[in-house]
Parts: sequence; structure tokens; C-alpha cells
Amino acid sequence: MSQFIAVLVDGIVYSSWLFIIAVGLTLIYGVMKILNIAHGSLYALGAFTSVTLCTMWFSGGHDAMGSYAMLLLAAVLVGLVAGPVIERGLLQFMYGKDEVVLVLVTYALFLILEDLIKLVWGVDPLFITGPNGESPYSLLGNFEVAGLTYPNYNLVLVGVAAATGGALAWALAKTRSGKLLLAVIHDREISAALGINVGRTYFVTFTIGAMLAGVGGALTAPTVSVVTGMGAEVIVLAFAVVVIGGLGSLPGAALGALIVGLVRAAAVHYFPEVELFSIYFVMAVVLILRPKGLFSGAEVRKI
Amino acid sequence: MRIDRNSIAVVLVGVVLLALGPVLPSWAVSLLNVALCYGTVVLGMMLLMRTGIVSFGHGLYYCLGAYAAGLLDHFGKMPDMLLMVGAGAVTAGLVAAVLGLLLAKYRDIFFAMLSLAFSMILYGLLVKTASLGSTDGFNVAAKTVGGIVIAEDSVRIVVYSLAVVFATLSAFLLHQYLASHQGRLAGAIKDNELRVEYMGASVKAAVHRNYVISAVLAGIGGALMAVNIGHIDPEMTYWPQSGEFVFVAILSGTGSVFAPLGGALVFEAIRSFAYEYSPNTWQMVLGITMLLVMIFLPGGLWSLFTRKRGA
Repeated sequence: MSQFIAVLVDGIVYSSWLFIIAVGLTLIYGVMKILNIAHGSLYALGAFTSVTLCTMWFSGGHDAMGSYAMLLLAAVLVGLVAGPVIERGLLQFMYGKDEVVLVLVTYALFLILEDLIKLVWGVDPLFITGPNGESPYSLLGNFEVAGLTYPNYNLVLVGVAAATGGALAWALAKTRSGKLLLAVIHDREISAALGINVGRTYFVTFTIGAMLAGVGGALTAPTVSVVTGMGAEVIVLAFAVVVIGGLGSLPGAALGALIVGLVRAAAVHYFPEVELFSIYFVMAVVLILRPKGLFSGAEVRKI
Repeated sequence: MRIDRNSIAVVLVGVVLLALGPVLPSWAVSLLNVALCYGTVVLGMMLLMRTGIVSFGHGLYYCLGAYAAGLLDHFGKMPDMLLMVGAGAVTAGLVAAVLGLLLAKYRDIFFAMLSLAFSMILYGLLVKTASLGSTDGFNVAAKTVGGIVIAEDSVRIVVYSLAVVFATLSAFLLHQYLASHQGRLAGAIKDNELRVEYMGASVKAAVHRNYVISAVLAGIGGALMAVNIGHIDPEMTYWPQSGEFVFVAILSGTGSVFAPLGGALVFEAIRSFAYEYSPNTWQMVLGITMLLVMIFLPGGLWSLFTRKRGA
């Protein structure tokens, strides 16, 4: 029984983490039809930036609680710097090309960013720890479920995931810009003809997506050793999540994250040797049964 | 069989490469060897691209080919190079024949994603299989060719010569296939599937066939690479490897069977020089090259030749 509860708790925490990363990916795909491989690098950038900022914060002798602000700042920085640079500097010249070509453009970008990270931060693993071993991961204390102890930091992940999902759903359904965005998603040309600034919509969407990748990376940084190559590992997981849920679907990303999270947690606890296998097995099965993912509308046939 | 200018050229290039083997410096032989193994895989990617589909999981067959060859050495105790390459080709072909039944219905990004999922399934299995060395993989060596023992000091040149033979044979046969009635369907499918169906050809069968052929080529390439490098690990089916194949196919262009082999050589040259001079920025060099090619040469490097001829 306690193992079952452990699976549930681990699964939900892991799902939240996956959702934060995958939601930016699905948002960018939904609006711009770009399956952004470089999302993994933006995630890694978020992690590395937060290591730098937190280290500066700790060495300045400030209160350790402020390291959370540094994590947030890292995510915002990645979003506001890398997002616009990539969208204006590269992607805006690629719109209208084939989806597969766009995937390759972001793959090239991924390669470039991976090395950029190596150049700036080196190739050794980095950790976020203060002078007395403080880490944002352990500062908040622990909670206990069924005799197992978890850091409260996990609750932060769940909270951020819920807040992000809720805020996006609300913005899309209730705000003016959200409704305009839905119009662009539905038909780019008609929206442009009706006077919506499609270019700006893309710009804002990509910046928000990049920021969400940064949030994912920044929140992950305290829990792992930050190493080069972490982006490659994450992006393919995020692909599994958004493909299972249906590319471009917000509830799909939530459901996909939940499925992948729970499957992985169950695999880790019951059959550790099939951990990775199980995730991609589920991805393949969903694609075979529902080629466009679980949440996908009917598509108009084009000749 | 059709004897045209290109098939003769393929054979000639093969013969020249064979003859050059003993005289070239060893770095050039290594470079050519890796490029030929790689190029054989990219030949298959070219066939898929001509059909209008892009696989983001061809590392699956590359890895299967390598592991089939490796297992023959490791557990089968039959380290014969011809058998190893044959095993790689057959294993990849059989798996592709089954998976192809599913994949033949998919297009675009969904084809890419499902093939990615399949390749990552193999990755997930291999990294947890301790008897195959998990993430470390294991060493592979070919000791005989068709039953004849390879002498210690001639291993490199024998492996190179066989890579030349297999790559030349693959390119020759693929060229024949592309020029055949069945092969020409590829371009038609890319242009308009509905019309192909109206003309009475089965799109699904053609896509399935091309998929299996491309997998066999990847299996051959993987087995050759295993023998050439002497070591295999699950990274061969990790997604960046599959991405690299697509990358080289884009870099090369799909105009001729020479394109993938030449493209693979250019790619390996860029990689080894960039790696030599700045190990931390070689991926960046590749990424920038890829962007430049996609922006300025959408037809790949091969279009440089055809353009000149047209002018």
C-alpha cells in the first residue's frame, strides 16, 4: 500500500515537472506549428542561468530564501533574452516552410545552443549550494506521506504546474489577447486579414514558451547536477508528453504529463529495468491507436 | 538492369577507392571508412526523403544492424565480417517490415514522432540490459571474411575495402531501384499521393517497401560502423544520432546516389576537423552549417552541381 502511495506521489511530482516543460512546447507548436527541439536547450539555459545567479546570491552573503527569487529571475531572463533573439533573429525568416523543415531548423539551433552553453559554463557538473550547504531544494523542510519523507520543494513544483496550466487556460478563454491567439491558431491568414498582428502574436508566444522552458530548467536546477546534455534528455521526454496528449493541446499536455509521470513512477517502483522503455512504449501505443494524440480534433482534408 | 552513366560512375568510384586504399595515409582511410558507413545509412534517408517522409528514428536500424553484428561476434562466436553485415541487414529489414506496416499510414511530423518513439524504445531496452553492457555497450571485432582469417596487420585495409564494396553495391542497387518503375513512384508520392492511387499504384505498399529498403541500408551501415569503430553502445539509437542522419541527408540533397555518400564525407570532414581544432564548438559549427545550407541551398550540396550544369 505504502508503495502504491509512493508511486502516486512520485508520479504527480514528476508529472508536474513534465507539464511545466511540455506546456511551453505545446503552446509554441499550437500557435506557430514549430516542434521546437531547441526547447530542450532553453530548459538547459534556464538551469545554468539559475546556477550562476544563485551562486552569486549566496556568495553575496544574502538570506538563503532569496535564492527562490533568483530561480524565477533566471527563468524570466531566459525568456526575455533568448526568446526574442531566436524568434526575431532566426525563426521569423522560416515561417511558412514545411513543418519537418522547421523541426530541422530548431535541431540546428539546438546544436548551436548546446555548444554555447559549454562555452559559457564549461563541461563540469554544477550544483546550487550556499556556503553552509543550503539549497533551495531542502530549505523549505519536508512533508511525510505514509511513512515516506519528501522535500516540500516538490509541492512548489506541483503548485507552479497547476498555476501555469490554470493561468494559460484562463488567459486563452477569458482575455482578449487569448481569444485573438485562438483565432491565429485556427486560421493564420484570416486572422491577419482581420487585422490581428500575427507577427507580434508569434513573437509573444515564443517568448512565453521560452520563459516556460526557462522555468522548467530553473526549478530543476536545485534538484539535480546541472550538466551539458540535460536538454537532450528532456526534450524527447517532452515530445512524448505532447504527442501523447495531442500536439498543440493544453489539456492534452496535462493529460500526457500525468500519463508519462505515473507510468514512469510505477515503472521505477515495480519494474525499474523498464523505466525508459515504458514511457516510449506508451508513446508508440498512443500514436498507433490515436495518431494525432488523445486530445485532437478532426482535421479538414486538404488536397 | 540498366547501364547508364551514373551506374558506371558508381562502379568506377568504387574501384578507384579500392585501389587508393593501400596508398592513402591512414587518417584519410579512417575518414573515408567512417564516411562510407555513414553514407550507406544516408542513402536510405535519401530514399525516404524522395518519398516525402522524414524519419527521426533511423538510429533504430543503425543500432540494430550494429548490435546484430556485435552479437554474432559476442555470443555467436562467428566474427565473420560478411556474416555480420548480412545479419545487420536482415535484422533491420525484418524489424522494419513489421514496424513499416504501422508507419506506412503516417506522414509528416507524425511519421517522425512514431519512428522516434520506436527508436527510443530500443534505447530504453538497451540501457537497462546489463548482459549487453547497458550504456557502455561492448567491443566488436571481425576476425574472418568469408571464412578466411584476416591477418593482424591488414585488418584496417580489409575493413575499409569491404566498406567500399558494400557502399558501392548499395549505391549501385539503389540507383537501379530509383530508375525502375517502382522506384520512380517515390517522387510521385511526394508530389501527390491521391494521384498515385488514381493511377492504380498502392501508396502504402510503396512507402512500406521504401521504408524497408532504407532500414536495410541503415542496418548495413550500422554493422559496417560496428566493425570499423570496434565498439557499439546504445547512443547509436539515441535521438541525436537519428537527427544527425536527417542532417546529413539535408546537407547532401537527394539529387543522386552520389549526394549522400559525398555529403557524408563532407560531414565527417567538418566534424573531424572541427573536433580537432575546437572540441567544444564542433556541434555549433555543424548547426551553423546546417542553417546556412537550409537557407541558401534548400536542395543540399548536390544542387551546386546540377545548377552549374543547367546554366
